Amino acid sequence: MSISSHSLPTMRLPQWATAPVMLGGFIVIAWAVIALTIHWWAPYDPTMLAGRRFSPPDATNWLGTDALGRDVFSRTLYGVRQSLPIALVVIVCSVTIGTTLGAIAGYVGGVFDEIIMRFVDVTLSFPPILLAMAVTASLGPGLENAAIAMVVVWWPIYARLMRAQVLAVREREHVEAAVASGAGPVRILLKHILPLCWSPIIVNATMDFGQIVLLTASLSFIGLGAVPPTPEWGQMISEGALQFYRWWIAAGPGMAILSIVLGFNFLGDGLRDILDPRSQ
Amino acid sequence: MSTPPLLTVEGLNVAFESRGHFFLPAVRSVDFTIGDGEIMGLVGESGSGKSATMMAVMGLLPPRARVTGSVKFRGEELIGRGERFLRRFRGARIGMIFQDPMTTLNPLLSVGAQIAEAVRIHDRSVSARAGMERAVELLELVAMPSPRQRASQYPHEFSGGMRQRAVIAMAMANDPQLLIADEPTTALDVTIQAQIMELLQRLCSERKMGLVLVTHDLGVVASVANKVAVMYAGRLVECGEVTDTFQAPLHPYTRALLDSLPKLEERVARLNAIPGAPPSLAGLPSGCAFHPRCRIATDRCTLEDPVLRRIRERDVACHRADENVPMTLAVPEDVP
Amino acid sequence: MATYIARRLIAMPLLLLGVITLAFLLSHFTNADPLTSIVGERQMHNETVVAAAKARWGLDQPLPKQYVIYVKNLLSGDFGTSFRTKQPVAQDLLKRLPATLELVIAAMLVGSITGITLGVVAANFRDRAADHFARLFALLGASIPVFWSGLILLYIFSVSLGWLPGPGRLDPRSEAPPFITGMNTIDALIAGDFAKFGDALAHLALPALALGWTVTGIVSRMVRGSMLDVLGQEYILAARAKGAGRLRVLLNHALRNAILPTLTILGFSFAYLITGAILTETIFSWPGIGSYAVEAARGLDQPAIIGVTIVGGAAFLLTNLVTDLAYLAVDPRVKLGSRKAA
Repeated sequence: MSISSHSLPTMRLPQWATAPVMLGGFIVIAWAVIALTIHWWAPYDPTMLAGRRFSPPDATNWLGTDALGRDVFSRTLYGVRQSLPIALVVIVCSVTIGTTLGAIAGYVGGVFDEIIMRFVDVTLSFPPILLAMAVTASLGPGLENAAIAMVVVWWPIYARLMRAQVLAVREREHVEAAVASGAGPVRILLKHILPLCWSPIIVNATMDFGQIVLLTASLSFIGLGAVPPTPEWGQMISEGALQFYRWWIAAGPGMAILSIVLGFNFLGDGLRDILDPRSQ
Repeated sequence: MSTPPLLTVEGLNVAFESRGHFFLPAVRSVDFTIGDGEIMGLVGESGSGKSATMMAVMGLLPPRARVTGSVKFRGEELIGRGERFLRRFRGARIGMIFQDPMTTLNPLLSVGAQIAEAVRIHDRSVSARAGMERAVELLELVAMPSPRQRASQYPHEFSGGMRQRAVIAMAMANDPQLLIADEPTTALDVTIQAQIMELLQRLCSERKMGLVLVTHDLGVVASVANKVAVMYAGRLVECGEVTDTFQAPLHPYTRALLDSLPKLEERVARLNAIPGAPPSLAGLPSGCAFHPRCRIATDRCTLEDPVLRRIRERDVACHRADENVPMTLAVPEDVP
Repeated sequence: MATYIARRLIAMPLLLLGVITLAFLLSHFTNADPLTSIVGERQMHNETVVAAAKARWGLDQPLPKQYVIYVKNLLSGDFGTSFRTKQPVAQDLLKRLPATLELVIAAMLVGSITGITLGVVAANFRDRAADHFARLFALLGASIPVFWSGLILLYIFSVSLGWLPGPGRLDPRSEAPPFITGMNTIDALIAGDFAKFGDALAHLALPALALGWTVTGIVSRMVRGSMLDVLGQEYILAARAKGAGRLRVLLNHALRNAILPTLTILGFSFAYLITGAILTETIFSWPGIGSYAVEAARGLDQPAIIGVTIVGGAAFLLTNLVTDLAYLAVDPRVKLGSRKAA
């Protein structure tokens, strides 16, 4: 005799909709909304004077003011308008370039594969930040140059990932069947192979959003990225480091970076659980 | 005052909690007793609950298992006791060996170290060296060739039979009064099986050690055990002295099991497999769990779950056990 | 397997060459006038200096020839001259190497020990509060920018509580211990100067903690996964059947078997540490290669930047190779499968 305790069907969330995933999604969406709407409701203009210099957090300036009297809270929120779009551009470009080259390398093989993979190997031989620094230093400061540098550094990851996927899927039966039925290589690649390759790419890309935000902030922190007075988080923290008795100057951007990276990490974890439940 | 029996199991129930608050009943109200030096074969198909029963005795079931009932070792109750308490018995007064010796042994520790560990867990004062000495002695006990050399070797350097000997040595480390062997020969070659069973038999008779042999192999039970207990779908359906039970089974399931064994003397066109399959724990039939596959089932069998009752020195759980119904064809004289 | 090792070893110098080539291209294709970066603005009118530079680096020659000269110079240890410090870059790097090594090693220790502990705790209390806490702590380490966590640690422990000293390697008033390894903690110990050892250690603590925290995440995740795999094995059940208590099972059986796969992740985490070291050194005014790289980048000091990039790339390559080979050496299937049963 078995005991059962429910006789009515209950509403259940899908298994992957755990607390972290929901939280992550919420955070990311919240920041996206801020990025799109902040200019309507920010308390202060991020580049203008908003009070006395170095005043600690109070009712008028929730996160205090910085060395030039600017409102830290507003600057923190405005910072997402630098970080998210840059991250988006970098990810989209890296994924596009990387997956294209990786798919070609994996499918065509031979000389193409060797050449592309040599580039990949060499680029991945560097600690990412170091290479990004070197490229940015050569190109000159500025967020656009930093973005280019990051794409240069990041695309090989996706090339390698995509290539591995293509190699695995290429051997499957339905591909052989398609080849036998006379389909051309482009069609096979696009219709039969690629659709199965996307899940690790998507998971990776989501987590990478956080990594790129960190990298952007790191480059700006060093001085190779955002140029003042642009309110960029890394740049703000480097200003805050000079004044670390005034802890609020760095606290705002620091919390911002932490929250958005956590958000993407949670989201990425959750996506991985949905798309590939085996990898628990 | 006489010593309480070695192991008394009364009304043991094990249910596994699964998703959605269902409880899957793996063991349903099992009763049996083991005496000193007695060898009992606990037989049944996969999923009959035989392993779960003995794991419950050791307290080694996963946390989602709900255990009720009573298991008394020499009069001491084991069910519901804390880990600390049970650990005093495990590996000391009750030993356990498992099916696959390759996975029972830690691949990264020497065999001697693992045997010595069994000793040192229960006696902190034993030094590492003394532990290894004891390990060598125990390997001698289980007839391991070149025991001293073997003690410092690793499990992958042993053959299957020798590994199982080492596992037995590990279980015997503290001279247990009861040994539980869960399918000890299933993973071994047939020739090795006989050697291992002979070893176990010898150990039991030399030390008056009780042995519970959990297995689906009736042949092994027939040759070694004193007593046999048959389980089906979590229930104990028949229990009695082994020769009697096998020659004249009272439960239709036991009868069917015996019938399904191929016999050396006859050539048959087909083996007599029992039609149907054992029920899943989530969908047990009403009444007697065996009735859908039983040749002599009646209406009462579909409504009422039979209790275990004693009929002429045999425990049987069948409504029709005392009716002397002819359950099949010819009665075999010898169980192969 | 021997072929795999051979292939990796042969690939190494080729990859290194690739690293150097990329660095060379970076410095030449993106910078307007390589001459300026080598000679420096102020010296441009000095004929002798300009001529010497042109000769040494072959700046009048076609590009491929320049490349060859460049590689030759590199192989003889000449990375060019930094125009901030006016010293050979190679010398600068060597001088600053021990500081970075000290920091990275300390961070590795911090990160692995916390990571392993958290991983074991998480596996033991799977899906309960301790598991969630351990995973959250590890995740925070991977998500928080190290230059911010460093600041926070400084603020709490140095400024607020005053328990630990501020940035720098030693008290500004004292001298470094006699040079043996260049790592102040070790050198002080060797010299028997415990006060100095304490000082060096106190200065090392916060940066090592901040940097180590960044890898706690990957280590603990790996250990947790590995432990959960192992805990499902039958020898764990057998150990419990012997009467082993929870701690013995966890450490002597589970962790022992789980630790091997974790070694790869330690090598992998080295990469993270090099990355983080660059930023950590900046916050803590730690005079290592990382802060040198930052100063070079800020000052647009081309030779120094390229020099650090090459060194960083080479170090990275080497670590990855060593990790992969080490894993092969301790892989249980290789180790155990070699001798067959009697």
